[in-house]
Amino acid sequence: MKIKAIALNTFKEAIRDRVLYLLLFFAAVCIIFSRLLALLTVGDRVKIIKDVGLSSLSFFGALMAIIIGTQLVYKEIDKKTVFSLLSKPIHRFQFLLGKFLGLVLTLFIMMVLMSVIFLVLVFFHTFTLEWNLLAAIYFIFIEYLLVTAVAVLFSCFSTPILSSIFSLSFYLIGHLSWGLETLINKMSPGLGKTLFRILYHFLPDLQNFNFKTEIVHHIPVPAKLYIFSTVYGLFYTFFILTLAVWIFRRRDFI
Amino acid sequence: METALKTENLHKTFKLGFIPKKKAVLKGISFSVIPGEIFGYLGPNGAGKTTTLKCVTGLIFPDKGNIDIFGRPHLSLEAKEKIGFLPENPYFYDYLTAREFLRFCSQLFPKKTKIKSPRILELLSLVGLKEVADLPLRKFSKGMLQRAGFAQALIHDPEMVILDEPLGGLDPIGRKELRDIIVRLKEEGKTVLLSSHILQDIEMICDRVAIILNGEIINQGSLQDLISQKVLFTEIVLSGVEPQELTAFGEPLSTFGGRTLLKIFEEDKIDNVLRLIHSREAKVHSLVPRTETLEDLFVGIVKNT
Repeated sequence: MKIKAIALNTFKEAIRDRVLYLLLFFAAVCIIFSRLLALLTVGDRVKIIKDVGLSSLSFFGALMAIIIGTQLVYKEIDKKTVFSLLSKPIHRFQFLLGKFLGLVLTLFIMMVLMSVIFLVLVFFHTFTLEWNLLAAIYFIFIEYLLVTAVAVLFSCFSTPILSSIFSLSFYLIGHLSWGLETLINKMSPGLGKTLFRILYHFLPDLQNFNFKTEIVHHIPVPAKLYIFSTVYGLFYTFFILTLAVWIFRRRDFI
Repeated sequence: METALKTENLHKTFKLGFIPKKKAVLKGISFSVIPGEIFGYLGPNGAGKTTTLKCVTGLIFPDKGNIDIFGRPHLSLEAKEKIGFLPENPYFYDYLTAREFLRFCSQLFPKKTKIKSPRILELLSLVGLKEVADLPLRKFSKGMLQRAGFAQALIHDPEMVILDEPLGGLDPIGRKELRDIIVRLKEEGKTVLLSSHILQDIEMICDRVAIILNGEIINQGSLQDLISQKVLFTEIVLSGVEPQELTAFGEPLSTFGGRTLLKIFEEDKIDNVLRLIHSREAKVHSLVPRTETLEDLFVGIVKNT
């Protein structure tokens, strides 16, 4: 009940944020822009539309999560709204979880809106509703969850600008960490290789949620991989949120 | 004896600056608030009043010490259900209206507390915000926000209300109205703990006070015990006698419109001066004995430390 109240209030706050609409507008422009890009491309135009559309969905959603998520807790502390809230009979973890779920609800609605634009665009080219694209969108949403948790974590102890830089770095590293695996494979055994392997296991691998190529090109994906990616995403989100709660529970609100 | 609030030996140190430097803000704060009283927590800016209240409400964790609210640990939900807190210079979600904000606050309490819509309306009219109930808080003035803050602190009908500088930022009428509400809360059997540096407010409504200075409680007790009831001096405003003739009795402070303000320190000289006035067929406009005020006590303490 208390978490729900905080989540709905956060949702109300987020949807009244103008930045959100600006990002939604750019996402829509990008998805529609994929149509123009397809016209200029030799080959399968529909595949280009799907590829650019899904990438826009992933990038702009993550950007919304970072921009709003990094302000979420910081603003409460900075504007001192947290004082009257936390003196009420609520646990600090309920407050943080409410903020997180409120933003997740906002992102879910934004994702639905972007997906509708995207699926309608694809429909006009193929005249079929390609439900398999929903699997790619589902994993993009799991990625949103993780990025939101990271943004909330940084928001607990840092300013929005620094938190945005940290969260964006997390997002970029997460998408590029597979390069480290290639590097490890090419290295000769030794301390360097071991260190890089430890780093590789520690860094997030957001490519686990990237099924765009497989789905766009109709390459079969084993169900086991879908389950693994879901569990990986949820477990990582849980871990980051636990860390955020651990920090938030200890801090003084001066 | 049951206490509404008991703090024992609270210590808190903050690390401030780029290269963290320790600063002790609370150095062993101990005081008790008795159920049903208005307790004033008094001190100059930066003395540690807000830090103490934040420790009590669980916003800051003391390094050392113990806090009990109605016999329960202050961080327990049962203890928090019994208190309502108005922070200093409150700021709330500016995109909500006053009514939406109070409804949101009401949802943060357990279902058994049962806060219904009529309670929200009742509170809005109590603090004088009924007419602007559907206006977003961003359009509220500082005084109106203070009133909204008051309403949210009272939303669940708490047993104890903790108010941090509740009358700051209010105009004289607003201060009187909120002072009346505080007194009414006491009449309803509630306990009130309020911090302030405005001595007049505390003196008018508080049963007991604690004075904090540099993180330490310097003095505490009932106002009657702390403030001496002895007459310090008497002020007489009179006309019809030349100021030069009055210097033998006391200190003629000012003369305006034919009236002289005379300050007399020795009680037996009052009769002498009254006899002189009668013999000259002059006039006494007022005679006011001045006892010690909280301000005198406070200034004295600050000067001596």
